[in-house]
Amino acid sequence: MARYTLRVNGQTHEVEGEPADSLLSVLRYELGLTGSKFGCGEGHCGACSVLVDGQLARSCVTRLGAAAGKAVTTIEAVARGDKLHPVQQAFLETEAFQCGYCTPGMVMATVALLQANADPSNDDIARFMARNVCRCGTYPRIVKAVKLAADRMKSSSDPGGRQ
Amino acid sequence: MSHDIEVERYELDAPAPYRFDIERRDFMRIFALAGSGLLVVSSVARVEAQESGRGAQTGTVPRDIAGWLHIDENGRITGYTGKTEIGQNIRTSLAQAIADELRVPLTTVTLMMADTDLVPYDAGTFGSQSTPRMAPQLSRAAAAAREMLIGQAAALWNVDARTLTAQDGRVAGGGRTITYGELTKGQKLTGEVVAESPVTRPAEWTTRGVPAKKVNGREIVTGHHQFTPDIVRPRMQYGGVIRPNGYAGTLTSVDDSRARALTGITVVRDGEFLGVVGPTERAAMRAAAAVRAEWRLRSGDPSSATIFDHLKKTARDEAGRNSLTGSGDPAAARASAAKTFDASYRIPYIAHVPLEPRAAVAEWTDGKLTVWCGTQRPFGVRAELAEAFRIAQERVRVIVPDTGSAYGGKHSGEHAIEAARLAKASGTPVKLVWTRAEEFSFGYARPAGVIDIKAAVSPDGRLVAWEFDNWNSGASAIRTPYDVPNQRIQFHASESPLKQGSYRGLAATANHYAREMHMDAIARALSIDPVEFRLRHLSDQRMRVVLAEAARKIGWPKASTPGRALGIACGTEKGSYVATAAELSKSPDGFALERLVVVFECGAIVNPDGLDHQVSGAVVQGLGGALFEALEFRNGALVNGTMEQYRVPRFKDVPPIEVVLLDRRDLPSAGAGETPIVCVAPAIGSAARAFGAVDTALPVRLVD
Repeated sequence: MARYTLRVNGQTHEVEGEPADSLLSVLRYELGLTGSKFGCGEGHCGACSVLVDGQLARSCVTRLGAAAGKAVTTIEAVARGDKLHPVQQAFLETEAFQCGYCTPGMVMATVALLQANADPSNDDIARFMARNVCRCGTYPRIVKAVKLAADRMKSSSDPGGRQ
Repeated sequence: MSHDIEVERYELDAPAPYRFDIERRDFMRIFALAGSGLLVVSSVARVEAQESGRGAQTGTVPRDIAGWLHIDENGRITGYTGKTEIGQNIRTSLAQAIADELRVPLTTVTLMMADTDLVPYDAGTFGSQSTPRMAPQLSRAAAAAREMLIGQAAALWNVDARTLTAQDGRVAGGGRTITYGELTKGQKLTGEVVAESPVTRPAEWTTRGVPAKKVNGREIVTGHHQFTPDIVRPRMQYGGVIRPNGYAGTLTSVDDSRARALTGITVVRDGEFLGVVGPTERAAMRAAAAVRAEWRLRSGDPSSATIFDHLKKTARDEAGRNSLTGSGDPAAARASAAKTFDASYRIPYIAHVPLEPRAAVAEWTDGKLTVWCGTQRPFGVRAELAEAFRIAQERVRVIVPDTGSAYGGKHSGEHAIEAARLAKASGTPVKLVWTRAEEFSFGYARPAGVIDIKAAVSPDGRLVAWEFDNWNSGASAIRTPYDVPNQRIQFHASESPLKQGSYRGLAATANHYAREMHMDAIARALSIDPVEFRLRHLSDQRMRVVLAEAARKIGWPKASTPGRALGIACGTEKGSYVATAAELSKSPDGFALERLVVVFECGAIVNPDGLDHQVSGAVVQGLGGALFEALEFRNGALVNGTMEQYRVPRFKDVPPIEVVLLDRRDLPSAGAGETPIVCVAPAIGSAARAFGAVDTALPVRLVD
């Protein structure tokens, strides 16, 4: 066991653990950040998606040792107080969810996608979000939501969220 | 041979439904919780057995409470129902029904769902019954409440009730208005309505019939909605279960010394059950990995390659279980027919893969057990828990948070029992979240099946005989909707190596695949247009309408681009009608799906936006079974039981889908979450025939 310093949503936490421990497990069950979901534990469903130093990461297969010292952003820090991030607002307006279990991960993936590509095509979205699964099959609406968010964010310089 | 085919009875043992009569204490219980006001109970004379399980029974009790409705002193309205929200948006559409009848904005209505201490008994959320059955119950309660409120105001003002109207949470008339809250303040008003009482006709709906957004959408997009795996209780610890490395096995030896040596770990062994509890999830996982357990796997089970022979060989023809229906004399008709068409279709097991795995939080307090868990059958799980721990059902409370989907895959309560067993051993609340591998191997699958069809056609191209045998996949939609004078239709139950159970659409998907592919093959062989061939044998007007509309929308019979091909299929199940048309292009590995048209009709539409979700979601889920999903197994273990290996539909798999919803305000609303899945595979399969011979097994493949 070793001690690790995690910087999550702007706050610093000291965590004890093995280097190979799952970041998701720490976030959910020890820091109480349950917005990131456990879906598969293999990095293949995307329900646990977070940003690590601004890059999209599957927190279930991100090792504690690898995340230490880096800036982790979870779904809890995407909105600013009561003001939703444009991506969240777009998901809400298009109702791009059914059961909603994949939604936090979809939102995080979209935030990461739009940082890298402000105007993604359908193919860009399908490629970038290939490892995010919506088992309810809401994909067409998610694509709509991504495009709506892209349109709104192009006309605003606010990237939203806290690092 | 005309006794009726039983509906789905192939799955899990379900405990006998628990029913209770309306009692004064139920009213008092709600008043005690919710405060005074107006409480109306909606009951039905008798519930027909729609339970999905062998324990199903038709009760002879005088009435069942279906739902109840409370209006508090502030005019806030709460509907109470045993239905669960699993992504099908019933929390919103039931609220729409209540708001509409009470003439209030949707925002004043909330639903208390699936808490066995607070809501009336309900068999479960399956079979597309929430909209056709629960919505009318709550509507009646709301309509009765509205009339009672008008009556209260009439008495207060000493005027004729007929001069008063209800609107926007108030009763008004003769220049006066009074809010619902003022009318019920400090009172304990009770009412009861029965199934026959009148409700607003669909033509006069205002809140229903228009799109409504999911009532808790904001919690979803912010990550604040608490699914079962997110629930935290004081002193809660974390559990893990040690299981065989196959889908079933017998525990032969255990060495838990390394796990016991870890700090704060409890190891629990009780018969075949072996689990651990630890202070953190990581500690519990480490402890579970430290337990050395030996299991004897079941030997001699068939593999996914030999399963179809196995199902036919193990058919059990016991009375009542295997069902037979028919008419005329198909053998004689066949003997004198011009042409015969026989084929055998094979359906693999497929997995539900709900993104929220089975999870439960269990807590024992003074001998009473409370379990939060995802399930479609909260009262069924309560009964399972009571039985497992030998306590009265009154001492068990099951609470189902809005759940990360189910698709028919969460009818059973093993996860709840496991969490409760671990909590009992540790003396603390315990959270248990199944891993994805556990979900694949120890949940249950949609049944595999074999379907043999023998059809015969007269010289003028009319079907004269239809023999349809289904081994194991189930009896839903086993009958043909086409007019055939001589029929024999039979379901045979078989031995299944994998645990099997409900799935969205049940066996209707398998039966539609076989039937529609066969209809298509016959039409092609006779050089008759497949749409025309179907219409010649269809007298059901609703089916004719959806089929013709799907053909029109896809541009039948001409594909949009040269070199592409069209396919079509139609069907009906659970009171709704669907036709699906597919357009395919040729690709290096066979074919590529270019677009789909889905025409769906389920009577009067309650929430058009929610219905669009359900239809397109069912179609996307259907793409998996049509194109690539199949559980592979051999030597008693799954071969592809991980998210990486078991392919579910992803963004790139979804073509443009045009959904056409036909609103029939003149017809009662049928459920809609399942039926749109049934024609996806045969529409694709029939289109693929333009590019070569198509295998008779799902998923759809060209024969090499």
